[in-house]
Amino acid sequence: MSCQPLQASNMEQLLEGIWKQNPVFVMALGMCPTLAVTVSAFNALGMGLATTFVLICSCTLISMLRRFIPREVRIATYIVIIATFVTLVDYIIQAVSLALYEALGAFIQLIVVNCIILGRAEAHAANNPPLSALVNALGMGIGFTIGLFALGSVREVLGAGKLFGISLFGEHFQPWVVMVLPPGGFFVLGLWLLFFAWLAKRKEAQHGA
Amino acid sequence: MSGEQPIHFVPPVNSLRMVRTLMLVTSLCGGLIVAVWQWTQPAIAANKKVVLERSVRALIPNAAQIVEYDASAKGVTVAKGDAADGAIRFYAAYDKDGKLDAIAAEGAARGYSDTVRVLYGYRQACECIFGIRVTQMRETPGIGDKIITDPAFLQSFEHLDVSLSPDLKSMFNAVKTVKHGSKQFGWEIDAIAGATITSKAVGRGINDSAQRLLPLLVPHLEAIKQKGGAQ
Amino acid sequence: MEHETLGQIFIITVLSSNFVLAMFLGLCPFLGVSGKLETAVPMGIATSFVMLVASLCSYALNQLLTHFDLEFLRLIAYIAVIASAVQLVEMVMKKFSPALFRALGIFLPLITTNCAVLGVALFQTARDYDLAQSAAFSLGGGVGFSLALILMAGVRERLNLSNLPGVMHGTALSLMLAGLLSLAFMGFGGIGVAR
Repeated sequence: MSCQPLQASNMEQLLEGIWKQNPVFVMALGMCPTLAVTVSAFNALGMGLATTFVLICSCTLISMLRRFIPREVRIATYIVIIATFVTLVDYIIQAVSLALYEALGAFIQLIVVNCIILGRAEAHAANNPPLSALVNALGMGIGFTIGLFALGSVREVLGAGKLFGISLFGEHFQPWVVMVLPPGGFFVLGLWLLFFAWLAKRKEAQHGA
Repeated sequence: MSGEQPIHFVPPVNSLRMVRTLMLVTSLCGGLIVAVWQWTQPAIAANKKVVLERSVRALIPNAAQIVEYDASAKGVTVAKGDAADGAIRFYAAYDKDGKLDAIAAEGAARGYSDTVRVLYGYRQACECIFGIRVTQMRETPGIGDKIITDPAFLQSFEHLDVSLSPDLKSMFNAVKTVKHGSKQFGWEIDAIAGATITSKAVGRGINDSAQRLLPLLVPHLEAIKQKGGAQ
Repeated sequence: MEHETLGQIFIITVLSSNFVLAMFLGLCPFLGVSGKLETAVPMGIATSFVMLVASLCSYALNQLLTHFDLEFLRLIAYIAVIASAVQLVEMVMKKFSPALFRALGIFLPLITTNCAVLGVALFQTARDYDLAQSAAFSLGGGVGFSLALILMAGVRERLNLSNLPGVMHGTALSLMLAGLLSLAFMGFGGIGVAR
């Protein structure tokens, strides 16, 4: 078994989730948690890590069981597995940091219906060996976390003048409060998507020239 | 993917196999959940206790020991698990000599964007609330969240009259939030200008909780004092 | 916690804490199906209906789980109930109202993974609503979702006729619009709260 090409392709897969197919900026998936909890960088990181954990565990398990699961009941099985890991994350977060749990609220449990996870399970983990599924899930998870962090940090800096709760601009900064309110979530995500669409367009134009 | 496969290549559905697989997967998942639940439960309980004691201590600085009680129509009992239906949870704070210092309890009401929860401290000596601490709120930053910091607003709670009528069945005067600058009586709360809805939510939360709790609590205060002394 | 009347719960859920515009629930269908008014209306109705059914089922289920001290199975149980509720609604509709089924049929599977439906079940549990309150909450959620969807579809239909830079088209523009709608809905803040 040749390890070198396998690793290279793994690396590619990892990067694909982080950059080329970033679930937040490029595919605009999993937006309920993306917008609701990203009022601060800390919450965004917490949510991102929780989702990554669920993604990795459920995709690996699904990939290991892929030969035993009949096609007819595969979605039901996937959902049960995903719900299990979400419940685990829910309890682990409560045990580790009650403050984070209170900030994220019911949105931790809503990870179950995050389209990214079911999408990855169906599109990748169901047809690939565990290692590949793990790498793919890790890439997507990291991409998702980076996306949430980009949103959360922008909203916290603009809306509260802080990053990770540390004040950045001193006394005289008048926070742009609407950014930490619901409309701000839509605006900031919209702007990020616009930025990525513009990048893609520019690249296309360069290739065409 | 399945869309590309002609229908007749799909093997006949074996329902026994489906049921078996589902049962295996669900029991595996159930086992996992129960294991993690058992493993994290002590840590979660400890965490909750730490958070609670921190807010009670912030309200009652010389609390050395905090005991949780449930008050219901049947009397006052030391709390076990979640509060039963109709029972109200409260916290008795004893100082380092085992003397009852004050009582703390939580009130909640809907504010501008979500539920506002406040912990309030009660002392029998003045029959008043002597302070509050907001434990949960998602009000608008810069407007509604002044309930945590606004000194004039917080001053209303330094001596908020919640005395009971002689038959100990209800409060003499309901706690009420009034327009900014028009506070006249000891049971009124001076609202924050521009954040009236949030201020009123605090007042309502405290009023609802105190109206129910105090008539159940006050007749048993002697017993609660005794319990602290015995420990 | 003081008791909100059913009317208050309904109005708050439709307007000031609208599921889509203030709580970000059900965004995928909101952005996906809001292109045309004629699809937005049936989608809104179908979702509202499933939300009501799911809310009542999960209320009963929660009573059962609490009775046996099995709260840690809540999430798995809810998601299973919602998936079966959608199936059930589909079958009943097919049998008794084929016309309605033809109009809504394609939307029903989409609803299973709609966070608004699971959201209703989870939030009503978190807020300790009783049966009537849960029903008012889920009705409000459904009406609010439909309202947001229809408003958005109306705006997007008009927008198709206007001249925009190429990169603006698609999700980014929809999100900006949703932001403006959300800003407008913030004006309802505090409505329905007891004075």
